[in-house]
Amino acid sequence: MQSLTLESATDKSAGALPRLLPRLHVKAFTGGVIVLVFIVMGIIGPSVAPHDPNKQELTAMMKAPEGIGTPHVLGTDNLGRDVLSRVIHGSRVSLLVAFAVVFVSGFVGIALGAISGYFGGKVDFLIQKLVEVIWAFPPLLLGITIMAFLGQGLFNLILALVAQRWIPYCRVVRGQTLSLRNRDFVTAAQCLGASNRQIIVRHIVPNLIQTSLVIGTFAMASSIIAEASLSFLGVGVPPDIPTWGTMLADARIYISTSWWMPLFPGLCIFITVLGINLLGDALRDMLDPRLKRSGAKI
Amino acid sequence: MGNYFLQRLAGTIPVLLLISLLVFLLIHAAPGDPTLMLLGEETNAADIAKAKERWGLDQPIYVQYLKFLKSAATGDFGKSFKYAEPVIHVIKTRLPATIELAIVAIVIATLLAIPLGVWAGARPNSWIDNLGTTFGLFGISMPSFWLAIMLILLLAGILNLLPTSGRSTYGVAGPEQTGFYILDSILQKNWPAVWDALTHIFLPALALGVNMLGILMRITRSSILEVMNEDYVQTARAKGLREKNVVWRHVTSNALIPVITVVGLELGTLLSGSIIVETVFAWPGSGSLLITALNARDYPLVTGIVMTYTLAFVAINLIIDGLYAVVDPRIRY
Repeated sequence: MQSLTLESATDKSAGALPRLLPRLHVKAFTGGVIVLVFIVMGIIGPSVAPHDPNKQELTAMMKAPEGIGTPHVLGTDNLGRDVLSRVIHGSRVSLLVAFAVVFVSGFVGIALGAISGYFGGKVDFLIQKLVEVIWAFPPLLLGITIMAFLGQGLFNLILALVAQRWIPYCRVVRGQTLSLRNRDFVTAAQCLGASNRQIIVRHIVPNLIQTSLVIGTFAMASSIIAEASLSFLGVGVPPDIPTWGTMLADARIYISTSWWMPLFPGLCIFITVLGINLLGDALRDMLDPRLKRSGAKI
Repeated sequence: MGNYFLQRLAGTIPVLLLISLLVFLLIHAAPGDPTLMLLGEETNAADIAKAKERWGLDQPIYVQYLKFLKSAATGDFGKSFKYAEPVIHVIKTRLPATIELAIVAIVIATLLAIPLGVWAGARPNSWIDNLGTTFGLFGISMPSFWLAIMLILLLAGILNLLPTSGRSTYGVAGPEQTGFYILDSILQKNWPAVWDALTHIFLPALALGVNMLGILMRITRSSILEVMNEDYVQTARAKGLREKNVVWRHVTSNALIPVITVVGLELGTLLSGSIIVETVFAWPGSGSLLITALNARDYPLVTGIVMTYTLAFVAINLIIDGLYAVVDPRIRY
């Protein structure tokens, strides 16, 4: 019996590993390529885009895509603007917003989470109350309310998205810090006379980076969708800045006549988010299997 | 357990108070004057002053907030500027549409996600698993409002199969009883109206449910994978049960606990998703009402809707915690 179970156990692990590895690589590779393509598109795309994204060609309004080699490969919109150029320029703005949101909310969330977990007591109570209040808002609703207050704008949009997205970092980081602060290396640092700030920055935060990276990828995916949603509702980016969301908002009333207007920007959002999610999945499987098992949706 | 829930309930009160303060301040401080928006730019100063007095906007903001709190405590959110009716009443007429949409979305999502997740989880790394996992990933990454647009384009625009806006065709549905069109029509045995309501709700519900579908499918799959390694599954197999029975009876019933939590958590996302899907489909629910109210700077209505959504969100989370204990008797509070 003993040998039987042992045998089957080794069998399983020997079979599972090679099966798991390529799967992980496929995920990471596909996701990485997709994200990279869009990042490159965002960086160098605008300088190679065929047209000015805001140039209105009134003689060529709502032209259907006619294939490669024609002046408007993906057609034109209701004001005669080139859809391809707008999609390319849109990638820059959409990704910029997403990156900004991820970094700012990551910074805020990790800092508050580490402080909350490390000091405990009143500070912890206050920060956790704030977390609770913001967490009680259905997502998007807080964004809409804040944008109504701030008004349309790129910077305002980033602010409104950060307002909710630092929460997952804060919650996870706090939990980890709670266990980290009793570890020997923290005690050792305290004995050596390190200040609280030094301990948090030098000793605790480096241990939080891996998990935060995973949270960051999912925050990035959700930021791209949230940016598009808010812009679509008319409370995000101002209409004159081409983003995937504003393009979809423009396309809304022309759905039945011009399929290419909503198709391409939406496809870009979908593929980008797909790529980021793939990357996030792979990252999570590699770095922190616990997150996967607990089914944590971040 | 009763004590625990009383404590939780008490704990939500300060949270709700803070949220109401936050929303109230944000909305009132937002640029745009409701009197100008509703009465037009050319209204004379006297009329504007009169409107401001009637709506209580001439008083300092903290007085307005305290008044709001006082009446909100009795369940009265004030009168809508735009509709000149009590906010509660306006929301009540719109809420059933949103709830109906959300319920159908959940039904579609769970009906598709759980079998898919179980199939995939029961045969890890098979083609059905790969297909299901890919499908789940697509669902998670899909922007629901874009799917909404594409569904309109494909199923309604090109194939001309389904209606693309509103809840029913004019004249088909009978008088409203509950406000839930499907239920109403069934109660009245008006079968054409049932079909009509179903065709209207299908596309918006599908668009709204797609993210939940993806997430549920993945959670079900990983939960099944985990339970498959338990001893009692081995026992069930050893008893000679057919694999089908093992998977559906013994594994699935145990694997569904995390799925319930996720349904609950996702309800919040569903609520906010409804805002945008309702806008695309001209669905007369409370989500599209929020956008209308926001554009008109209808302060009481906006505050009322946001508070309703938040209350629902908080309540759902509490209920889910309770359900957890019912499904898994090992959990005690």
